[in-house]
Amino acid sequence: MLLIDCPSCGPRDENEFHYGGQAGIACPTGDMTDERWAEYVFMRDNPKGWFHERWFHVHGCRTWFTVERHTVTHEIRKPR
Amino acid sequence: MTHPDFLWRNPDPKPAYDVVIVGGGGHGLATAYYLAKNHGLTNVAVLERGWLAGGNMARNTTIIRSNYLWDESAAIYEHSLKLWEGLSDELDYDLQFSQRGVLNLAHNLGDVREGRRRVNANRLNGVDAEWLDADEVKKFCPIINVSDRARYPVMGATLQRRGGIAKHDHVAWALARQADAYGVDLIQGCEVTGFEITGGRVTAVETSRGRIAAGKVALAAAGHTSVLAERAGIRLPLQSHPLQALVSELLEPVLDCVVMSNAVHVYVSQAHKGELVMGAGIDAYNSYGQRGGVHVIEAQMAAALELFPIFSRARVLRTWAGIVDVSPDASPIIGPTPVDGLYINAGWGTGGFKATPGSGWVYAHTLAHERPHPLAEPFALDRFTTGALIDEHGAAAVAH
Amino acid sequence: MRFTFDGRPMTGEPGDTLAAALLRNGVRVVGRSVDLGRPRGIFAAGPEEPNALVRVGADPILAATTVELHDGLEARSLRGKGRVDLDAVDERRCDKGYLHCDVLVVGGGPAGLAATLAAGRSGARVILVDDQPRLGGDLLNSRLLLDGAPALDWVAGLDLPARVLTRTTAAGYYDHNYVLAVERRARGERLWHIRARRVVLATGAHERSVAFPGNDRPGVMLAASARAYANRYGVRAGRRAVVFACADSGYEAAEDLTAAGVDVLAVVDPRPSGLPADVEVLAGQVVTGTTADAEGVLTGVRAGARHFDADLLAVAGGWNPAVHLFSQSGGRTRFDEELAAFVPGTSAQAERPAGACRGLYGTREAIADGYAAGAEAAGRTVPGLRVPECGERPLRRPAALWLVERTPGSEPAFADLHRDVTVADLARATGTGMRSVEHVKRYTTAGTGADQGKTSGAVVVGVMSALLGAAPGQVGTTTFRPPYTPVSFATLAGRDRGALSDPVRTTALHDAHVARGAVFEDVGQWKRPWYFPRDGEDMEAAVRRECHAARTAVAAMDASTLGKIDIRGADAGEFLDRVYTNMYSTLAVGACRYGVMCGADGMVFDDGTTTRLADDHYLTTTTTGNAAAVFDWLEEWRQTEWPDLDVSFTSVTDHWATVAVAGPRARQVIAAVAPEAVELAFMRYASVPVLGVPGRVFRISFSGELAYEVNVPWRYGRALWEAVLELGAVPYGTETMHVLRAEKGFAIVGQETDGTVTPQDLGMGWIVSARKPDFVGKRSHARPDTARQDRKRLVGLLADDPAALVEEGAQLTAAGVAPMLGHVTSSYHSAALGRTFSLAMARNVSPGDRLTAVSGNVAHPVTVVEPVFYDPDNTRRDGDPLVESPAPYAGECRSESPAAAFAARFEAASTPRAHLREVPFEPMWEVRGTDPGAGLRLGPDWWLVTGDVPPRPGWVDVSGQRTVLELAGPAAHDVLITGCPIDLDPSVFPGHAQTLLAKTSVILERVSPETYRIYVRSSFARYLAEWLIDALEAL
Repeated sequence: MLLIDCPSCGPRDENEFHYGGQAGIACPTGDMTDERWAEYVFMRDNPKGWFHERWFHVHGCRTWFTVERHTVTHEIRKPR
Repeated sequence: MTHPDFLWRNPDPKPAYDVVIVGGGGHGLATAYYLAKNHGLTNVAVLERGWLAGGNMARNTTIIRSNYLWDESAAIYEHSLKLWEGLSDELDYDLQFSQRGVLNLAHNLGDVREGRRRVNANRLNGVDAEWLDADEVKKFCPIINVSDRARYPVMGATLQRRGGIAKHDHVAWALARQADAYGVDLIQGCEVTGFEITGGRVTAVETSRGRIAAGKVALAAAGHTSVLAERAGIRLPLQSHPLQALVSELLEPVLDCVVMSNAVHVYVSQAHKGELVMGAGIDAYNSYGQRGGVHVIEAQMAAALELFPIFSRARVLRTWAGIVDVSPDASPIIGPTPVDGLYINAGWGTGGFKATPGSGWVYAHTLAHERPHPLAEPFALDRFTTGALIDEHGAAAVAH
Repeated sequence: MRFTFDGRPMTGEPGDTLAAALLRNGVRVVGRSVDLGRPRGIFAAGPEEPNALVRVGADPILAATTVELHDGLEARSLRGKGRVDLDAVDERRCDKGYLHCDVLVVGGGPAGLAATLAAGRSGARVILVDDQPRLGGDLLNSRLLLDGAPALDWVAGLDLPARVLTRTTAAGYYDHNYVLAVERRARGERLWHIRARRVVLATGAHERSVAFPGNDRPGVMLAASARAYANRYGVRAGRRAVVFACADSGYEAAEDLTAAGVDVLAVVDPRPSGLPADVEVLAGQVVTGTTADAEGVLTGVRAGARHFDADLLAVAGGWNPAVHLFSQSGGRTRFDEELAAFVPGTSAQAERPAGACRGLYGTREAIADGYAAGAEAAGRTVPGLRVPECGERPLRRPAALWLVERTPGSEPAFADLHRDVTVADLARATGTGMRSVEHVKRYTTAGTGADQGKTSGAVVVGVMSALLGAAPGQVGTTTFRPPYTPVSFATLAGRDRGALSDPVRTTALHDAHVARGAVFEDVGQWKRPWYFPRDGEDMEAAVRRECHAARTAVAAMDASTLGKIDIRGADAGEFLDRVYTNMYSTLAVGACRYGVMCGADGMVFDDGTTTRLADDHYLTTTTTGNAAAVFDWLEEWRQTEWPDLDVSFTSVTDHWATVAVAGPRARQVIAAVAPEAVELAFMRYASVPVLGVPGRVFRISFSGELAYEVNVPWRYGRALWEAVLELGAVPYGTETMHVLRAEKGFAIVGQETDGTVTPQDLGMGWIVSARKPDFVGKRSHARPDTARQDRKRLVGLLADDPAALVEEGAQLTAAGVAPMLGHVTSSYHSAALGRTFSLAMARNVSPGDRLTAVSGNVAHPVTVVEPVFYDPDNTRRDGDPLVESPAPYAGECRSESPAAAFAARFEAASTPRAHLREVPFEPMWEVRGTDPGAGLRLGPDWWLVTGDVPPRPGWVDVSGQRTVLELAGPAAHDVLITGCPIDLDPSVFPGHAQTLLAKTSVILERVSPETYRIYVRSSFARYLAEWLIDALEAL
């Protein structure tokens, strides 16, 4: 059971949250190729190591925030 | 059960091979076997960074079935099931393959509708499938709780009688033994750390045991596929998640079929040796840690007891997890990549074990002919660009 | 104490384990091994037992060494596999608990007790868990003197500033210092979930055996275990013993056995010299074999040329630090040559091993190490921690002996006793080419047995290191996985059983439906009336009657479960334009518009009607099943993509109870309950009194008939429903609702759609705005596969046989065989049409085409038609005019709180220790943006204001969204920690928090040290009430 540090509520068990996958992916606008659109909808980083990811405190303050978590050790740190 | 006296050599890697398979799990070993057997290609190496078949092949819950919804999926899984049916004899190894029937339970009207839809699609695709009502479920598996006072009563189930289980380790060793006997080099403790790509074509792999030149490179690395792909400059729609599983202590036979439930989130079978083998869904976050949260296990146990109250005093002996590469449509990705000579077979997510022989067969064909086997064509990487996804979240059962 | 074993009556002493009692009764053979069927006896004294696996009552398989004897216990021998009792009813009541601490100490032996003292005295919050009924660890098994007195006196004299949990086994160590511990209680186990800032692992060490020929006979036992039986239980495990001492602990065992009256014949020590002893010491020798009687029970021990008549062979093979939890925590072990054992290496988490579990086997050094570990964990050292004196000898280096070679014809030498794995088996494995200990484990099954490798693990590694010529450190150990000892399914499930296994969500009208004999269906967690049978009707008759009423008179349905989201802000319209396929910024105030929402992949995600209540205020409805998902979806887009948009969302799904009134005579009913809404135009809304209370009426129709959705705050919902029915509306359920909408060709998300269907596929190209530059999913519609013309589309089907009901899920074909063109999504008997009809998704078909619908063995010929079957020109939409203005409804509009039905049961379950009640109704508002200066802060810019406070603009009335349950008394906290995962300690709990309680979201507020208020969603109130009553009844 991961302990996630919500910026608003403090450390909480992971089952108070929804996981949001990779952080920092903005929805592209304007004209673009099917490849570029697929890039946004489907392609994602999947590192074995530090991962900048999003969490949503669904059973708490309902805010989205990001952390960096190591996908092997599960150590969590604030995003740089 | 007596295992063979000899399984495989432990050769040093040669400087070059015609085909280098990256990943010595079930699919990688099956690919090597079929490359040799079906295509006469034996100048092949399987590179495994750990111990052979120590990844998901050692960690899955051994369920075998082919009752997927879409034509494309049914075709490839059914091809695999047909191969399973002859595999013990062919590999001369008791795989403990037991076609004891797989039930997918329905607990609400939506489940019933979707279950019937899948049964009808299966039958028209030549895949054996039946719809059972609650009484018939109870007759088929007397220890299931079909009481209408349950929180989510069983309303019926799909049944694939030809589905069942096999002993995962035996499958891996049987494939490895045959591949080794054909002259395929199985290289353990050999991690691929990079690719040599010249003019858009892969020419070698860099490994922890040195550089190995390759005519073709075939990725079969399941949860680690993205890590490798990134080193080749390829971005994929895969996310690696923990998939937990567990066994109970050894029990005398009490459950003689495989039971799966989406709504009451768990699947159970009883292995040959006697332990109950159980799993459920993935942990939500990305991880290569081969472990998950205990709350997932707790929820799974509560679900199991809703279906099988008699197991309340059975005990969990061991829990573990694999690293499953989940794709956006719960369907695999098979075929060439933008890098010439570099092929991918991944995205089997939570359902790779059942596909072991079928996946190996079509991948070997794809490598030998340098174009996708017809059964693999729909599972091309470019479907995410065209939108032609093959969405199997429903039929992939609990784990999606 | 009386008990039976295989039906034989026996007696034991209080405090006995079942194993001790069996030995006390002279039982040598306790079972047979799983593969070879060899007789086996008791091997150890704790959870590391691999042999003495028995059935106890309805428990399929347990180690007899872990079972506390009780009067009336019935045990049976096994052959290595448990037997599930198909008829037993498990009367245990297992529970959970969530604890937080600064320091968790695992193990109440010398090191653990010392760590607890040191950490606790420094002021840290400390929890100590120990798996035995009493503290002391190995001191319980020894005759050691501390400060000249029995060691247990020292233990008893300790004043431990900690929460002490005995009979509690730490079973799993998880990420971020989360430890699972199983507490054994007579009524049922308790699964503790402990989050600790720091952990001290004082888990001790297990003695190991040696793989010599004939090492599995009943009578062969671990030496420290034989010593434990003698010292702790007063039981002699044999009369004539040989001790195989690869480590000095063997000598201590020999002394203690002698003191207990056992005739110790010799100590066999592989090391060049032995220790001074009162018995013969054969130094530089090993045990080479055993002899047995006809039953296979030990009669003699061979050491080279020597033979001893003995019925007990006590093996002190050396010690393995219990590194299981350390390894589970992610720590790396390393092989210590000096100790010939794997010891903890680098820690991965905020954890530190202490004492024997890190190789410090002496009592004084363990205590000293414990003090240091406790201080380090607490971050403070306190003075006055003294290590008592004792007369222990320093321990010599153990012999690194793993196996004794067999001579041909001698008995097998076992490496894993439970799994019947011999040294020969391991040799065979390495002969195949396998080099990894993981491979060998799987090939032989070594380490997978009931002892989970506690006795077998090190032996296997040792044997493999001998076979492969590699150091044990190179061979490595297999990975340790939770649980440390087996944990029952029921223990892991806790109270999430039966009705409590998942929340039941109900509406304000639920009890009325039950009283009316409704048959319910599960829609997600909701119970929704499926149909209302009268006078023994079957479903078909009931639905026919309900449909007929809805199309010819007036009928009513509980529509409360649909999601309702209040959306406010200057950019509310702009935001809705971006997430829906259609336009909302152009919607007139007071108008309603149906909308479809897609995912980024362009597939239909949800649908519903959105109403504009004011320029900057909308109310969006969602499907029942997707309410939470849509609510989260809106928040995700706002916060992560468009944080600059001025818009906020509040769930009012439970605040409003909704009764849909449908039928040509619906106006009559509306005139009586909400007269000011009678003139409402189609797709218009009015905020008007309903039964005299503030309500809302929307003229929206899902049936094609004249229809109104009447909303009142939750507490008046039941009164509204009863009034509407009293006025003549016929109650109808979800089945009728489905039929009526299908007759009109309205798709249902999740039935006509399955995540692969676009709005265009549903024939709803009209809802996809061409004007908007972008909306979520738009770009996906232009992809080749999504834009192709031969996709499956929504069609209607009519079977040739008008009475034949084509099954939902039937596959559509041209001629009864593949290829499939699509499938039947909805299928019903229609009262209005007087025949059956279906909706389907099918490709490459046009109205008039003939198809075959295949379901199981049945094939129906069908014809494709347009997917509208009834009133295609929507002529029935306005219903009948009012015949006369009825009098306003004169009945009472009673208010009923969400947990009103539980008042009596709350009272009955309450005690002075824990009292439960529903707090009387108070108005509540959610506020976004500006701090209201009052109420509970729920998050950034988000408050809940309670009480008779005049609301300001923008405040959203959520008075019905939640109810408040109050739990008060000295045991209130104990009740909450069975289901609330956060730290409620006054030193850290900020007074209130949004969190989970059982399986539902709550706001938890501590109003006084012993009084908590639980704000729970009204639709979850029934579930939480049951859960709390269940918790109180267990106190």
